[in-house]
Amino acid sequence: MDVSRTEVAARRRFKRGGAARLGLLALPVAFFAIFFAYPVAAIVGRGLKADGTWQFGRLVDVLTQSDIRHVLWFTTWQALASTALTLLIALPGAYVFARFDFPGKQVLRAVVTVPFVLPTVVVGTAFLALVGRGGLLDELWGVRLDTTVWAILFAHVFFNYAVVVRTVGGLWAQLDPRQEEAARMLGASRLTAWRTVTLPALAPAVAAAALMVFLFTFTSFGVVQILGGPTFSTLEVEIYRQTTEVFDLTTAAVLTMVQFMAVGAVLAVHAWTVRRRETALRLVDASVTARRPRGAGQRALLAGVLVTVAVLLLLPLAVLVQRSLDAPGFAYYRALTSDDGGTFLVPPIDAIGNSLSYAVVATAIAVLVGGLAAVALTRRDAGRFVRGFDALLMLPLGVSAVTVGFGFLIALDEPPLDLRASWILVPLAQALVGVPFVVRTMLPVLRAVDVRLREAAAVLGASPWRAWREVDLPMVRRALLVAAGFAFAVSLGEFGATVFIARPDNPTLPVAVARLLGRPGDLNYGQAMALSTILMVVCAVALLVLERLRTDRTGEF
Amino acid sequence: MLLGLEKATVRFGGRAVLDGVDLSVAEHEVVCVLGPSGSGKSTLLRVVAGLQPLDSGRVLLDGRDQAGVPAHQRGVGLMFQDHQLFPQRDVGGNVAFGLRMHGASRGEQESRVRELLDLVGLPGAARRAVAALSGGEQQRVALARALAPRPRLLMLDEPLGQLDRSLRERLVVELRELFGRLGTTVLAVTHDQGEAFALADRVVVMRDGRIAQSGTPLQVWQRPADEFVARFLGFDNVVDATVSGQIADTAWGKLPVPEGAAQGPGTVLVRPAGVRLVAADAGLRCTVAARTFKGTHVAVHLQPVDGAPRLEAACALREAPEVGETVGVEFDAAEIVVLG
Repeated sequence: MDVSRTEVAARRRFKRGGAARLGLLALPVAFFAIFFAYPVAAIVGRGLKADGTWQFGRLVDVLTQSDIRHVLWFTTWQALASTALTLLIALPGAYVFARFDFPGKQVLRAVVTVPFVLPTVVVGTAFLALVGRGGLLDELWGVRLDTTVWAILFAHVFFNYAVVVRTVGGLWAQLDPRQEEAARMLGASRLTAWRTVTLPALAPAVAAAALMVFLFTFTSFGVVQILGGPTFSTLEVEIYRQTTEVFDLTTAAVLTMVQFMAVGAVLAVHAWTVRRRETALRLVDASVTARRPRGAGQRALLAGVLVTVAVLLLLPLAVLVQRSLDAPGFAYYRALTSDDGGTFLVPPIDAIGNSLSYAVVATAIAVLVGGLAAVALTRRDAGRFVRGFDALLMLPLGVSAVTVGFGFLIALDEPPLDLRASWILVPLAQALVGVPFVVRTMLPVLRAVDVRLREAAAVLGASPWRAWREVDLPMVRRALLVAAGFAFAVSLGEFGATVFIARPDNPTLPVAVARLLGRPGDLNYGQAMALSTILMVVCAVALLVLERLRTDRTGEF
Repeated sequence: MLLGLEKATVRFGGRAVLDGVDLSVAEHEVVCVLGPSGSGKSTLLRVVAGLQPLDSGRVLLDGRDQAGVPAHQRGVGLMFQDHQLFPQRDVGGNVAFGLRMHGASRGEQESRVRELLDLVGLPGAARRAVAALSGGEQQRVALARALAPRPRLLMLDEPLGQLDRSLRERLVVELRELFGRLGTTVLAVTHDQGEAFALADRVVVMRDGRIAQSGTPLQVWQRPADEFVARFLGFDNVVDATVSGQIADTAWGKLPVPEGAAQGPGTVLVRPAGVRLVAADAGLRCTVAARTFKGTHVAVHLQPVDGAPRLEAACALREAPEVGETVGVEFDAAEIVVLG
């Protein structure tokens, strides 16, 4: 090999590794600066600045109003209650999925994950069809829960069941049963062995799952918007109400800041537990730990979990489909194509096209931005700046869609950045919500690629870029598809941000469902059910395709 | 010189992993770096490969300073300790990788892959998945992959480390023959002295990032440079001594040493073969503490009754005394080395 000719040129190139990494980060950083930091800054300015001076007294003014305090209190306790109820109902499920082998397990595991990617609007609508006025329980026994907090709590359990089963059950399935056996050989009873060996290993995963559920329910918007009625309102719903009904942007901004701070605190705790979770555990292949249930106790547990899944997860969706068909000759579906309803300037069916094209653009943006960020973050020698950026990327996920939408509304509608009239605004907001999913899916897979494989390629003559293409890319291609699928499903169902910025003549599916539900009459109600069904089917199909694609442990979701 | 290291130094934290190492490898020479784990052997290879930057000193290939030349343009091959075959490519894809990187045509790649798989004894294996290979086969594929782009220097990191003993002994002979036939220049590192002695034209013993001794296998074996090298090679009969003339005064009594030995205080090594067992009333009185069977001989561990350090003797199978017996010990000057 003749290497002497290239040596001089190569010498100059050798020092550029660090610069290349910064180059990778440039796009994600710019994206977040313009579409996240800037809108958030605008919210703070709107909330606390008047006539060019800071008015911190407003914070106190808003927070001392009794109705606001009521909202804060309700937001917090319903999130705590939802989290507790979710853990109570889902932990047995996590155990069953981790340690039992039964026919149809793979299919069922995919099915329980469907609710997690369902748009919140669909979840709300499905529960309305089950427990609301004229719902199934109302017809059968005259029971209505939509005026109580239970409808919201159960909808939250429905939504987050998969979070617990995936996070806790995923780890549980990989804990080496021989650890417990070792404890038993040393004289521990079955229960003591579980308590002293398995429980401590699981605790960080349970804590992480609980925090995630708390975060999702604390910032719950679509579900509460539909099921809460006039009585129950979370911070998110109140921000939306203050903006669109009361037109009090100052109060909305202050509430957004309060939520921002609360979420920041929860995320900090989450980051801490994730780091704890990374302590070295003996993990084994999940397929070797599952056994057929033995004895009456284990069979009863399995049956109980299956019944819970059927009643809590499948029944609402079944009722939703049934309601959408509850008129002769698919009347509700056919009504979607007519534009004489007056709800929209266009037939509701157009929302499907809008949603799909927005979601495709949003997915492309999210995969590009999130993918670049994940590659830059993969470096082991990443400095503090880079790790800080990692945490920052997670913020939009927890900070809630309403913050993003509200921020876009007040920040990007005037020079220097006037995107109000541009269709790109909606995909941008949806991409912002989708990026954390892309990063979380890609990062563990990218990090799992052995550095020495890249070194082996380098020694064989591959430049850093070539080594990445030849070694990393083939290994992460599948994760990239999964990430894109997640971003697509999230964009498709995105409601909180889109509802602020979607133009009246271009509604997305979730926005159209919410508007139909807001109008009286059986036809509107039926059309909402029909549109929700369509949305559910699209999301469920997207997810089931992903389930086939994903390897055993791709990312955290 | 094909490869030259000048005062090569690498620090991790405050600790010098390579500490001013000078080393040169001539064309067609097979050099083996031998040392315990943590002695800086692997870092040495990574420095030459360009995977680890130097804190000071220079790496020269064909007389050219390699500072600033990235790994993929140095034209050296490295076989990793655990092979690092690309899991998503088959055997042929792995072997052809370096050829593709250097822009070889498809036909060229195919014929070279076939040639190399024949060479390493895996003819026709090109379409097999690497996950389906045994440890020995993976090792052969890794070797073929490293050889394929005809690197000017081939480096091996613990080339046989993870294989079982009989396979290791067979492969070391194969490697030696192969390198001789191809005229490959090789820099290998290992912690196994048997492997190093069997493979190398020249052995370099490392300790704590420095070179403790360098020489032919025979030189190093016969005249270990110091106590560390002697003990690392498995010699335990090492004792402090004061040498005057042809007598060394030690805890085991007065030992005869060869002519021309360094005078004054020092350390003396007695090879087990130089410990002769005689009748109990002659020489140094010892009791037999243990015996271990070594195949060709028995290693007898002797405890001098006066409390001096233990001794190891190599005995023929039939002559080895039983544990607990008392024997006398005399020493053979030809098997005694005064260490530096």
